[in-house]
Amino acid sequence: MRTLTKLDVPSRDTTDLDDATIRVRDEQQGRIKGDGPLARDTEFREIETTRTRGSAGSASAHESAVKHVTGRAAYIDDLQAPADCLHLALALSPVAHGHLIRLDLDTLRAMPGVVDAVGFDDVPGHTDIGPVFPGDPLFVEDEIRYAGQVLFAVAAETHRAAREAVSAAWAEALVEIDEQPASLDPVVAAERHEFVRPTHVQQSGDWERSLATAAHVIEGEQFVGGQEHFYLEGQACLVQPTEDEGVIVHTSNQHPSETQKLVAEVLGIPFHAVTVEVRRMGGGFGGKETQASPWACMAALVARRTGRTVRLRLPRAEDMRVTGKRHPFHNRYRLGIDETGVIQGGELTLIGDCGYSPDLSEAIVDRAMFHADNAYSLGEARVTGHRARTHTASNTAFRGFGGPQGMMVIEAAMDDIARRLGEDTLTIRKRNLYRTEPDVIRRDITHYGQTVEQVALLHHVVERLEADSDYWTRRQEITEFNAQSPVIRRGLALTPVKFGISFTAKHLNQAGALLQVYTDGSVMINHGGTEMGQGLHTKICQVVARELALDVDTVRITATRTDKVPNTSPTAASSGADLNGMAARDACLSLKTRLFDFASEHYALDREGMRLETGHLVAGTGESERRIPWGELVQAAYLGRVSLSEKGFYATPLIHYDRTTGQGRPFYYFAHGAAVSEVSVDTLTGETQVDRVDILHDVGDSLNPAIDMGQVEGGFIQGMGWLTGEELRWNDAGRLISDGPATYKIPTYGDLPPVFNVELLQGHPNSMASIYRSKAVGEPPFMLGISVWAALRDALSSLAGYREAPRLDTPATPERVLMAAEALRSRHPPWPPAAGEPE
Amino acid sequence: MIDFLLNGQLRHCAASPDTSVLELLRDSLGQTGTKEGCASGDCGACTVAIGKADPDGNVHYHSANACITPAHQLQGQSLVTVEGLASGDALHPAQAAMVECHGSQCGFCTPGIVMSLFTLHEEQRRAPAPLTQQRLEAALGGNLCRCTGYRPIRDAALSMGDYPHARPAWLEKCTDAAASLTSPPVERDADSTFVQPESLVELLDERTRHPEAPIVAGGTDLWLEVTQRLARFPRVVDITRVAELQVIEAATLDDGREGWWIGGGVTYSRLEPLLAEYYPTFAHLLHRLGSAQIRNRGTLGGNIANASPIGDTPPVLLALGSRLWLAGPEGERELPLDDFFLDYKRTDLREGEVIRAIFLPRPEPGRHLRVWKLSKRREDDISAVLGAFGWRLEDGLLCDVRLAFGGMAATPKRAIAAEAALEGQAPSTAAFQAARLALARDFQPMSDVRGSAHYRQLSAANLLERLRLVMAQETTDAPREVMLHAYAH
Repeated sequence: MRTLTKLDVPSRDTTDLDDATIRVRDEQQGRIKGDGPLARDTEFREIETTRTRGSAGSASAHESAVKHVTGRAAYIDDLQAPADCLHLALALSPVAHGHLIRLDLDTLRAMPGVVDAVGFDDVPGHTDIGPVFPGDPLFVEDEIRYAGQVLFAVAAETHRAAREAVSAAWAEALVEIDEQPASLDPVVAAERHEFVRPTHVQQSGDWERSLATAAHVIEGEQFVGGQEHFYLEGQACLVQPTEDEGVIVHTSNQHPSETQKLVAEVLGIPFHAVTVEVRRMGGGFGGKETQASPWACMAALVARRTGRTVRLRLPRAEDMRVTGKRHPFHNRYRLGIDETGVIQGGELTLIGDCGYSPDLSEAIVDRAMFHADNAYSLGEARVTGHRARTHTASNTAFRGFGGPQGMMVIEAAMDDIARRLGEDTLTIRKRNLYRTEPDVIRRDITHYGQTVEQVALLHHVVERLEADSDYWTRRQEITEFNAQSPVIRRGLALTPVKFGISFTAKHLNQAGALLQVYTDGSVMINHGGTEMGQGLHTKICQVVARELALDVDTVRITATRTDKVPNTSPTAASSGADLNGMAARDACLSLKTRLFDFASEHYALDREGMRLETGHLVAGTGESERRIPWGELVQAAYLGRVSLSEKGFYATPLIHYDRTTGQGRPFYYFAHGAAVSEVSVDTLTGETQVDRVDILHDVGDSLNPAIDMGQVEGGFIQGMGWLTGEELRWNDAGRLISDGPATYKIPTYGDLPPVFNVELLQGHPNSMASIYRSKAVGEPPFMLGISVWAALRDALSSLAGYREAPRLDTPATPERVLMAAEALRSRHPPWPPAAGEPE
Repeated sequence: MIDFLLNGQLRHCAASPDTSVLELLRDSLGQTGTKEGCASGDCGACTVAIGKADPDGNVHYHSANACITPAHQLQGQSLVTVEGLASGDALHPAQAAMVECHGSQCGFCTPGIVMSLFTLHEEQRRAPAPLTQQRLEAALGGNLCRCTGYRPIRDAALSMGDYPHARPAWLEKCTDAAASLTSPPVERDADSTFVQPESLVELLDERTRHPEAPIVAGGTDLWLEVTQRLARFPRVVDITRVAELQVIEAATLDDGREGWWIGGGVTYSRLEPLLAEYYPTFAHLLHRLGSAQIRNRGTLGGNIANASPIGDTPPVLLALGSRLWLAGPEGERELPLDDFFLDYKRTDLREGEVIRAIFLPRPEPGRHLRVWKLSKRREDDISAVLGAFGWRLEDGLLCDVRLAFGGMAATPKRAIAAEAALEGQAPSTAAFQAARLALARDFQPMSDVRGSAHYRQLSAANLLERLRLVMAQETTDAPREVMLHAYAH
């Protein structure tokens, strides 16, 4: 694999390969065969040497990198606690649906080793901690709604003693449950109108007429599986009681402000009595947006009852059973197309399996609907989104937030259209891309009324990748190979991504920052975002370093704390750098203005043209230039009684969405990208391998190319895992049986494609005024993984002479791939696969 | 008490017999750099390096999952954790390369990855060799990372050799310290409840007196009882120091077959060179059976005694016609592996008996072996189906056909009806079609988290079709691909 990032060179023309590039390609070919030593790949070079070291735009290392590799980076379970710290363990319902008949916590509390036990009746304040809508009881009161729901919690002197006490409660029959039949099928639930939230519809034009008058009508359905977050650090918190009525909460958490609110409400105390601190998470991916709060609430409850510090961390199997996952979806489409395969209109129906409660499902299914077009004009279309209620954990945010599941339906349709018309799948995808050329209807506007502004960029990304990846040469080679190969079939697919950036809940699109300069010139920046590995703190430090013209080492972030920056939004929706970067910059600009005013008076300098450059305040030019070192300036300002602290704020402009009409501009801008994946399939066993991946991704003007590259690569692999090996399985009673890494398989080292060419698109700044014209990068690359799934379908389609794309539900495990191959073979000769072999 | 070196410092710790290395580090010693990700040996976040001195006093390090390694096994050994690698501000090459290649994002898996890289770096220092894809997979396949997608970690592995060689000073001195721990041997604690017999006689004596005490070698399965099911073991018998169980010796059976007796306590890693020479397909399987951390700890005897229907080595050994050498209080006996597995997790092992050795026959000229494993993930996954096939061709006819499967029944089991369908037949489409049909009489597999009964039945039958194609390949001039590169061997 070679990451062909060119950070300071214009886009390369593929017809003009230099020797180095050819050598790279040759090496890649060698690596496919798996022979020979590998060479080292990526190097990032500083873009501009004139800038201060490590400031925005440069590939500086993660702020905690050295601490990560030495083991000094502390996660929740690493934090020192007082010797009398209590440990909490949870009792989870073994049944998916039923009633809690009896719960004898008094007997449990009297057991040796048990310090305290708490259940529904012990909650002094709110008992429902639903983040947006009610429906999430902290503990079960009566009705049990999923296997894994928390019945009660036990506190003991050690983690193990607490877990043993939970076992004892079961063994001593202190809990009695009346089990009821569970509802586990989201499609059946939708038919019965069992929803956690009302159905929402987006509609543009006369979709029925489009269907009725189209040359062809094509339809299909698919099941898209969920996904376990599998953050390596499980859910954890450490809660200390304060001398007042409150608590200090250390938590692995993407949304400290919400945890602060919920803890306060559960305890029945004012918000200011609760401080929440997040230094870092060992991974979040959406799984700690709403679902990190319950543990903090439970631990806080016991901390206040006992006056002792309380630690709660979930063992992996419990973590997987108790927390929600990416929503599984059941999607259907019926589309009218013209003779060339261009969509005229139709309807798409998405059913999200929300689990037992609303959680964030309203917005998640909305985002699936917003992305049911992916990068294609749907023409006149109706998109319907149902939020099915089932007896499973409440499904929640996960990188992409429903968007990936929505995109899957239209990507399935693209393949199906291509097979129907006998065209290549890329040809059909390109024909359907949003475009500005005149048509009967506007083709640059989405089904929810937002104009796609960077249509040319979208085409450019697809066309450049098409050329750079030698798509057509490889297509021909693969088709020839398949014609000669009875067992092994190869597949190729290019899929684009157009992902909307902004929270669709408008009020969340705001951020605050607190900038503090100390008299030695060192700078502290706090903001509302949290660090989960995505490099947000690094980027924010880089923004501040750039604004103040300092080396990035001069700027530090300690932790995210609700008493530093209040009322923050979750670090989610890829928005962390966009929102908090702008807030940090706002604080810097205000402070700069104040310092400039002070300096022009104090040093009698020309205020006009005053600037910060490489650690100095600079005024005037040429002969009259004066340079004041940053440290000296700061000390003079302090002595001059000028505040060295400043807050910043940002609210995203322009965005709006009207749910009553299903129309608006929910997104500030779109992030784009495309991927080409090549796969091989063993049609006897269903085993698959990814042979090569080429990615071109748009991050505008990158804030940090190394970090952005990490997001693109990591997102792709995670997306690939979602669609291939990561299979969630429940038994017939609704109990999750893939509840650990032995049974739930995320990608591992060997799943890294042998050839993995990843490039950040250069020279295309964001068309909107985002922070330094960068683009959000957390979620969009995840959906590049869809190319792997499409390539698998392509490979399988060869079994039908490319006349049919098989239904391939996800994850496309070897079993599903084999069954899809069997289905095709049953409809299309030749079979058995030995045909053509010498008898 | 446990006496061992922690990053070069002598430690003297008390711990209950069912304490893991991870618990010892995090809870007793306050060393929190080593992380718990799953407590089941699957994620590698707790990877540490354990060094043993060889007779020449050189310390060889291997990686292990601290979460399922019994703390008492550290006795007399040298433990290296992520905290021990840097010398002041000077990072170890494995660390420096990870920083420079942007190999950490959230950082939680990073200490484990650094330790796997450290072990690889030590290997390279001892015996430099090209870092091929296969070697990197072997070194890093047991470390899950959810953030990076692994590319920067690969870069770090490839570049760490370019860094100035900066072993921490204590590591250079470690040889002497480790030697001082092991020679003369530390006085054995007679009252210990973590019993470490050094001979078969001692082991059997312990088994007679305490039949209830579980046997542990690598702990790769047993210790999950502790971490996942909260089992308590007041007494544990460690067989890793029983001399007889560590032996690999050439032997000839009474029936004249030549081969090797593999001691029941021999780890997969120690077995690997022998298999690589004589049974590459079996050696390849070891790399899919478990990660380096598991291969370094798990034993062939454990895999058999465990008697799981999805254990990976038993079907192979069944296909090879392996035998077991059992030793117990009543004496020693030998039996074919075919007779060992009675029912789900039930074996012919009598009270107090242990697997002393496993017979691995030497490959006979003309005899073939193929082993294919089907799982959701290529590395470090449990089989949905495993097929192991042995045969000879005599005058164009199949003979001594042995078809053994894992994942298809309550035990690892041979497909007797399918074998009969092929025995004495030419490897024709018709014969294999008959074998496929016979397979349905041999097995009625179940559905579980790893695959449906239908998939198991179909894919097992298709493995026979693959077998036919492989045989056909050998007689054709222009072989076609009948399996994927990633799975071929």
